[in-house]
Amino acid sequence: MQKILFTVLGVLMLLHASMARAALSIEIIGAGEHQIPVSIVPFGGDEKLGLAINEVVTGDLLRSGLFRLVDPAGKSPHEAAEVHYPDWQVRGTEALAIGTVSAQADRRIVARFRMLDVVKQVELIGQAVSAGDGQIRAVGHRIADLIYEKLTGNKGVFSTRIAYVNRQGKMFSLIVADSDGHNEQVVLKQNEPIMSPSWSPDGSHLAYVSFETGHAAVFVQSLYTHQRKAVANFRGSNSAPAWSPDGKQLAVVLTRDGSSQIYLMRPDGGEIRRISFSGAIDTEPNFSPDGTSLLFTSDRGGSAQVYRMPVAGGAAQRLTFAAGSSYSPRHSPDGKSFVFTHLSGGRFYISVQDFQTGQMEALTEGGWEKKPSFAPNGKLILFASEARGRGILATVSSDGRVKQHMFTQSGDAREPVWGPHL
Amino acid sequence: MKKLVISIVLVNLLAACASQKPHETTAAPAAPVAAAATATAPATATVAAAKTAVDPLNDPTSILAGRSVYYPFDVAAVQDADKPLVQAHAEYLSKNAARNVRLEGNCDERGSNEYNLALGQRRADGVMKMLELGGAKAAQLDSVSYGEEKPKATGHEESSWSQNRRTDLNYAK
Repeated sequence: MQKILFTVLGVLMLLHASMARAALSIEIIGAGEHQIPVSIVPFGGDEKLGLAINEVVTGDLLRSGLFRLVDPAGKSPHEAAEVHYPDWQVRGTEALAIGTVSAQADRRIVARFRMLDVVKQVELIGQAVSAGDGQIRAVGHRIADLIYEKLTGNKGVFSTRIAYVNRQGKMFSLIVADSDGHNEQVVLKQNEPIMSPSWSPDGSHLAYVSFETGHAAVFVQSLYTHQRKAVANFRGSNSAPAWSPDGKQLAVVLTRDGSSQIYLMRPDGGEIRRISFSGAIDTEPNFSPDGTSLLFTSDRGGSAQVYRMPVAGGAAQRLTFAAGSSYSPRHSPDGKSFVFTHLSGGRFYISVQDFQTGQMEALTEGGWEKKPSFAPNGKLILFASEARGRGILATVSSDGRVKQHMFTQSGDAREPVWGPHL
Repeated sequence: MKKLVISIVLVNLLAACASQKPHETTAAPAAPVAAAATATAPATATVAAAKTAVDPLNDPTSILAGRSVYYPFDVAAVQDADKPLVQAHAEYLSKNAARNVRLEGNCDERGSNEYNLALGQRRADGVMKMLELGGAKAAQLDSVSYGEEKPKATGHEESSWSQNRRTDLNYAK
């Protein structure tokens, strides 16, 4: 079904990141059903900055799958007074983004941006967006977020960040990057494995698993001060950290009392208490948005499946019943569904399941696809995939229509997770 | 189509594993161990000399030369074919209290990374328990899981996966 959709819609676009040190190339496959036609005129003022913003904004909007970019065809208004609406109406564009950008004396970048409704001939947005020197991509992402929110009614996620692990030979790097994979920052680099990065709800800290002590231990690290601390380092394995929505608790998986079981603790490692008592493997806890329940993976029924239990403790309920195994559940931001990895017939699928109906749907065609997580607006899902023999990052829209591949420059990208709105 | 090919390869490999393993691990080394066990008891004088000459752990013909236990997919129980190996190490550890061993559990790349970390720990702990039951002291033993993070073979097919579903007995030097 998905396959047919992709083949029919089968638009393949290659975006070549033309920035000086582009770390990624991006492929978009498929397209949304109802795309909004928009025109983005490169901003006036500082032409170089204008083109840089244009590249980011158009890239963001294209990747969402919700927009069709209508070429300005030589017209380049920068102020509302310069816009001759009939020029744009004949091209079928519905929204027009224009503006100017300049670098201030203190090198701060200031973009003045307007979005106009071409049909109604009114201004939809008029706003100044500014950022520090070198933060031109942040300006672009912010403008793309404003456009996205105005035209779709949903909050944009272009300004959010993602975290993932890059494996190159025996070297492991924990990376934080913009939602489009650019602006990579290395949080930790070592020749021992790193797994399972998890964002604190305010985006200030990452919890993750590092093998630097010889076995799996849970660390929490500030992204601002870079201070880090081993918060769970008991015998055996310490892993799968997950933050509670209020940021006051971490769920972790420990083997200190036997098999892999779920525990709660403070993010500084204090007040540890066990909350699962199965004797089987219980792992990959994920808090519901209201903080009252946990999804997790367990093999208590013989194969790995997704279960749900109250955070306060108590009986767990099995949620996945499809043939094969299911792993890595994560709640949608609205708490109505969850996304997970489904292994069936030797292929991994990214699937979603509705809590109320129990209905399961594969969003991908299957292959080597693991570790999905929702964007904070619930419209996109980030996951680890494989293409051309390498581990890559990929996204799929929550309706399964638009898929995108992000290729890091080298090595295998794994264990991605989408960060919160900042 | 691809799925079919993979399944066929998988079946063949499983068959290959099933037929080869006993030869590698049990059949051949079983004889020397039995011989060693009966030989050591009566001839105490000569054994002392032999012992300084070769630690059976370093004897490539000993069953103790085998340091890995292998598993089917998503299974953590030591398979019958590998039980004599684990039992021989248990016996060695019970007689050599100064030796310490770390059990290192590994998995193939199928399943989630976290699930595989848990599975690898279960594999390592399973071998550890068997060593303890066989006479090794808890203080000699430690277990760790690398999950799917440290694959020995990096291919994406059963011939690699079967090598990665493994617990290694790693003796401290």
